[in-house]
Amino acid sequence: MRKTFLTITAKHDPNGMIYPLTINWTDGQVYAVDRIIDVRQAVSLKCGGQGLRYTCRIEGKEMYLFYDEGKWFIEA
Amino acid sequence: MQRTILHADINNFYASVECLYRPELREKPVAVTGDVEARHGIILAKNNLAKATGVKTGEAIWQAKQKCPELLCLPPDFRKYLRFSKLARAIYEEYTDQIEPFGIDEAWLDVTGSVHLFGDGREIADTIRQRLRDELGITGSVGVSFNKIFAKLGSDMKKPDATTIITRDNFQQLVWPLPVGELLYVGRSTQQKLRNRAIFTIGDLAKRDIPSLRLLLGVWGETLWHFANGLDVAPVRRSGEESIIISIGNSTTAPRDLINNEDVKLIFYVLAESVAARLRQHGVKCKTVAIYVRNTELFSFERQGALRNPSSLSSEIVSKAMELFVSHYSWDKPIRSIGVRGANLVTADQHVQLELFEEDNTKVEALEKMMDGIRKRFGHYSIQRCVMLQDRHLTGFNPKEDHVIHPVSFFK
Repeated sequence: MRKTFLTITAKHDPNGMIYPLTINWTDGQVYAVDRIIDVRQAVSLKCGGQGLRYTCRIEGKEMYLFYDEGKWFIEA
Repeated sequence: MQRTILHADINNFYASVECLYRPELREKPVAVTGDVEARHGIILAKNNLAKATGVKTGEAIWQAKQKCPELLCLPPDFRKYLRFSKLARAIYEEYTDQIEPFGIDEAWLDVTGSVHLFGDGREIADTIRQRLRDELGITGSVGVSFNKIFAKLGSDMKKPDATTIITRDNFQQLVWPLPVGELLYVGRSTQQKLRNRAIFTIGDLAKRDIPSLRLLLGVWGETLWHFANGLDVAPVRRSGEESIIISIGNSTTAPRDLINNEDVKLIFYVLAESVAARLRQHGVKCKTVAIYVRNTELFSFERQGALRNPSSLSSEIVSKAMELFVSHYSWDKPIRSIGVRGANLVTADQHVQLELFEEDNTKVEALEKMMDGIRKRFGHYSIQRCVMLQDRHLTGFNPKEDHVIHPVSFFK
């Protein structure tokens, strides 16, 4: 499993919360984040890393999106 | 009232964080080590696999490699460790505001006031451990007791990832059989002194009478007796509560051995500038200057002397330090590390006695303050003493900002 850093678009609300709206896959494909199910501090044991973990539903699939000090990555 | 105090100790902190970021290293013996080039080549932390081969914190890398040839040595990344330390602290803060950090990876928590909210000491300890594991990916040992000393002992008893409870009912069975060296502040020499009096365990110490201990160790004896009997009443400091500064100092292991007075003077200048800047930053002056010298045989000593007037000037600190050094060192061995400390502090805003026949020091004071300002705006190396250019290799470090993690003392 590899740590893949991604470009994302996000909404920053006045409280400082960040909501990812779309993720841009490495091949140029753009996927919309349908829903954010959970946000918490968590560790990625699979590919090594720690940060704010967003559990997102993207195209009907649940996946983890990590926010680590300004960088976004997924376990791919 | 019975207090509930937790001592949380993150297991193999530096090594755990490194392994977390590099999963491929998890099944290998790993150690985080200082910079060999700058002669700081010792083991700072190791993981459990390295520990199993007998590698110890503080030993030289070559010693560790003899015990464990396949040991992986990683350079430290203190920024990362500070970040994890802060995250751990944020977790603790959800349970109490009385948190007293002890170094970067340990902390005492007084949860007496929160037990009716979150459950008893064990429950809080277990939740904290669970959260450290899930949210930060590191494990911690937590000791739960009714005073700080036993809480710390508890966190050392079971590792990794365990909770140990020491109560008034079971401390005699749990704590007393331990060797006396396990007790906080019983170091090598105190241990030796106690051993000479047939005190081998904490229980032996607890059963001694106070006068005989006082005869042996002074006031210390009494303090240690209180520790051993669970009578320590030191409070856990609240978050953000500042402790009073007793002295300000810096020391360093030089990049190469120091062989003459000139070398020593250079290092003294670097250290004294940082000491003086910190004195001014805290608005204090020192009345005493102390130096610390350690030679290549690792023999070390400390000497101190009084200044004529309280000072926060690097030039005065250096001249006093050199005076002390020259009169106490005979150069039979080169020097490995050296330190300067300003002690006996007084507040800076008092009247100054000007010298009648010597130069006016207030001008130099204004000059050094100006240097602080320039450095704050443009960086540490933007303005320097000319003497520093004599040996860039030796003086190319900034003791004030290069070190982000400082040792702490229990008695603040």
